[in-house]
Amino acid sequence: MSAYRFLVNGSPAQVDVPGMRRLLDVLREELGLTGTKEGCGEGECGACSVLLDGQVVDACLVPVCQVEGRIVRTVEGLSLAARERGDLDTLQEAFLDHGAAQCGICTPGMLMAARAYLDAGGGPDDGAIREAIAGNLCRCTGYTKIVDAIAAVATPLD
Amino acid sequence: MPTRTLTPGGGVTERALVIDPGQRIPGRAAGFPLRREGPAKLTGVAKYTDDLVFPGAWYGITIRSTEARAKLIAIEPDPDVDWSKVVIATAADIPGDNIVASIKDDQPVLVPIGGEIRHHAEPVALLAAPDRETLRRLKGRIKLVTEPLRPVFDPEQSEHVFAHYDVKAGDLALGFAGADLIVEGTYRVGHQEQLYIENNAMIAVPGEDGGIIIHGSLQCPYYVHTALKRALRLTPVQARVIQEETGGGFGGKEEYPSMIALHASLLALKAKRPVRMIYDRHEDISATTKRHPAIVRHRTGVTKDGLLVAQDIEVVMDGGAYCTLTPVVLSRGVLHAGGPYRCPNVRLRGRATRTNTPPNGAFRGFGAPQTEFAAEMQLNRIAERLGMSPAELRRRNVYRLSDTTPTGQVLKESVAGEEVLEQALGASHFERIRERTAREASERRGAGIVPPDPLRSHDRRTANGIGLALAWHGAGFTGSGEVYLASVASVELTADGRLRVLTANTEMGQGTKTVFPQMVANELGVPVDWVEYAPQDTAEVLDSGPTVASRTVMVVGGLVILAARKLKAEVEARHAGVPFHEAFRDDARANGATRIDQQFEPYPGVEFDDATYTGDAYPAFGWAAAVASVEVDLDTAEVFVRDVIAVDDVGKVIHPILCEGQVEGGTLQAVGYATIEEMKLHDGKYLNDRLATYLIPTALDAPHIRAILVEAPFSGAPHGAKGVGELPMDVAAPAVVAAIHDATGVWIHELPATPERILAAMHEPGLIGVMERPS
Repeated sequence: MSAYRFLVNGSPAQVDVPGMRRLLDVLREELGLTGTKEGCGEGECGACSVLLDGQVVDACLVPVCQVEGRIVRTVEGLSLAARERGDLDTLQEAFLDHGAAQCGICTPGMLMAARAYLDAGGGPDDGAIREAIAGNLCRCTGYTKIVDAIAAVATPLD
Repeated sequence: MPTRTLTPGGGVTERALVIDPGQRIPGRAAGFPLRREGPAKLTGVAKYTDDLVFPGAWYGITIRSTEARAKLIAIEPDPDVDWSKVVIATAADIPGDNIVASIKDDQPVLVPIGGEIRHHAEPVALLAAPDRETLRRLKGRIKLVTEPLRPVFDPEQSEHVFAHYDVKAGDLALGFAGADLIVEGTYRVGHQEQLYIENNAMIAVPGEDGGIIIHGSLQCPYYVHTALKRALRLTPVQARVIQEETGGGFGGKEEYPSMIALHASLLALKAKRPVRMIYDRHEDISATTKRHPAIVRHRTGVTKDGLLVAQDIEVVMDGGAYCTLTPVVLSRGVLHAGGPYRCPNVRLRGRATRTNTPPNGAFRGFGAPQTEFAAEMQLNRIAERLGMSPAELRRRNVYRLSDTTPTGQVLKESVAGEEVLEQALGASHFERIRERTAREASERRGAGIVPPDPLRSHDRRTANGIGLALAWHGAGFTGSGEVYLASVASVELTADGRLRVLTANTEMGQGTKTVFPQMVANELGVPVDWVEYAPQDTAEVLDSGPTVASRTVMVVGGLVILAARKLKAEVEARHAGVPFHEAFRDDARANGATRIDQQFEPYPGVEFDDATYTGDAYPAFGWAAAVASVEVDLDTAEVFVRDVIAVDDVGKVIHPILCEGQVEGGTLQAVGYATIEEMKLHDGKYLNDRLATYLIPTALDAPHIRAILVEAPFSGAPHGAKGVGELPMDVAAPAVVAAIHDATGVWIHELPATPERILAAMHEPGLIGVMERPS
């Protein structure tokens, strides 16, 4: 056991766990951030996608020792800055408006992949959006409304 | 009632009666509520079962068989291990019947000593420990002593029949005698995994009354409730089932959760503390139910004008090791086997047998996708033989108003096969594109290179194809199912002036929590936010039936509307002249709570005879057409499904965005079924039992899906709705395979149409058994 320190959603976190403990388990069980989901445990489904220093990673494949001193962002941290209407940021609101969340289990990971794409300056191009979320499986929506929602946020307002 | 069509992007069709362009722009649906639990799901606040914390809870796992068939002689925990710190449960710990209650009493909760192991990954013993590390360490230290028995894997060789049906209409011999052309075909489909992204999850908490409280991911709280009462010998009050947020079901959480709830309960009762039974993906795929594989044989007689005069169809389904819901799956499969086509002389035979593979069960479409794939393939091959457009052949045979189905059901209303067909053809420019793909194919051939190296004659490595399919889907339960269920749904004005909808119907992504309050609010004339949806907790809601068979909006939604109307009438009668929305709070203060329990009553004029299998097999049918366009790599036979136009008649669209979501998602599952989703088995064990090896479509694999909704209302339901969930699953797979044929010239008779199968067919044409009637 050793202590690992990192920043989660803007707040400092310290956990005393074995270094090979999955970031997914640390988030869910040590820090109570259960918004990050487990779908397969082997990096195929993307339900556990979080941002590590702004990059999308599968939290089930990241041992916590690799997170020391770094910045983690989860779905719980998406709307921290959004205060004007409810607790949703523009991306979450677009998902809600377009019907891009159905059962919701892929949604947190999908939002994080979309956030990374938008933060990197991604535009409304259909193919580019699909590429950006290709690591996140959804079994409910057929992806149509997810792509529409991300495109709506990526489209600059005139 | 008239038919109307809603098309996205403002494309108002001639026959559309009502359309508000403002409703149809992407984005917020003006006038339609947002998904009720959406904000919780989008912020990570929503609690799925594995997100729940129960202090002091232990973790449970299942010890499973590693053989397809064997006699269980003994369960031997390693004597060198100290087992006092953990709990082991076996069949000997089951207080009631060792049965997972379902249609037949054949599936044990745990295989007993001396009993028969009937499939790989069958539950034999259970183990619970305070932490997962202990479980991992001890899991392999419990030895199963067995005597192998000879397994059966071929459903056609199995002598154990779960169910069989034989439906006859007209005179088959006479029909074939009058045919100008007789076409035969055999079609096969394999297992398909539901692959909800949230794995099965169940937490059992011992109750103070000696009972058990289940928190779980499940579709049907009362199925689990029934199973608990039976195997644990509990009273209805001692067994309590609470559905937590559920991350997809698609039929996969219809019957198997009963098993998992029983396992968690046995451990919780023995450990005297909550036990968490959370499957990982590997266990979920290895052990839980799949779509039934099927073999479907067709012999069809047609006139030279393309009219169907005889259909002789045989369906064989592989039930796997236990019955589960197989008889009902087979029934739906058989009743849909002819496709949505009029034919005077028909024989539909079906049987489902037992094999030594994990049991097969419910999956969206419930037998119909299997048999309708075969029906559409057969029709396409007939069209090819007749030199007729597949669209024209369907136009000539599709059911119209007043036609009679093989069970003798007269289609009295709500028939929209032609409508969905024409909508799909129009929106896709089917005939024009088909001419173009035919021209491209002949150019490829014209360059001098013909089969067996068929289509590659110039630099273009890919070929385009377009394909059409048509389907019907019986709305709600088959036959007398709803009458037996006798569901009850409630609407309540509480003593403190709140409005609540109470049903056992679960939200698993389709939108129950949004549309039920929406429908009630519409009836009561109040804002939708004023109507609450009570939790799916058997201690709170009555049994309004399972959340399956696309019945939720159609059947239970109808009950909820009727209950709301009665509540409104009662309250308004007590406050003469005051509308409900102004009167209900005063009414609650003065009179206390008013609750209306609305029980299902048979739809007028709908009658089915279960003994003879004749009559109205379904109260109404939904109708669907799909046009798929594909690009096939002629070197690798890789298929890219580019676009699908999906046209679905749902009777009445309650919420356009949620309804489109059902069509789009169901369409993609069908595209996966058609192209990449395949379970490989060896000795009855699934080989690709992980997400790294069982593939489902990603956003890059998914076509652009355009949903067009048609409304041909069903008069028996107060809102006219017929259900949507399963309809799109029936139709897209045959459309994709037809498009592959259009691109490559080969028919793929077995799903999925993998590159291996396509390449094999391209290099060995002429496998199809076609027999022409001697003139």
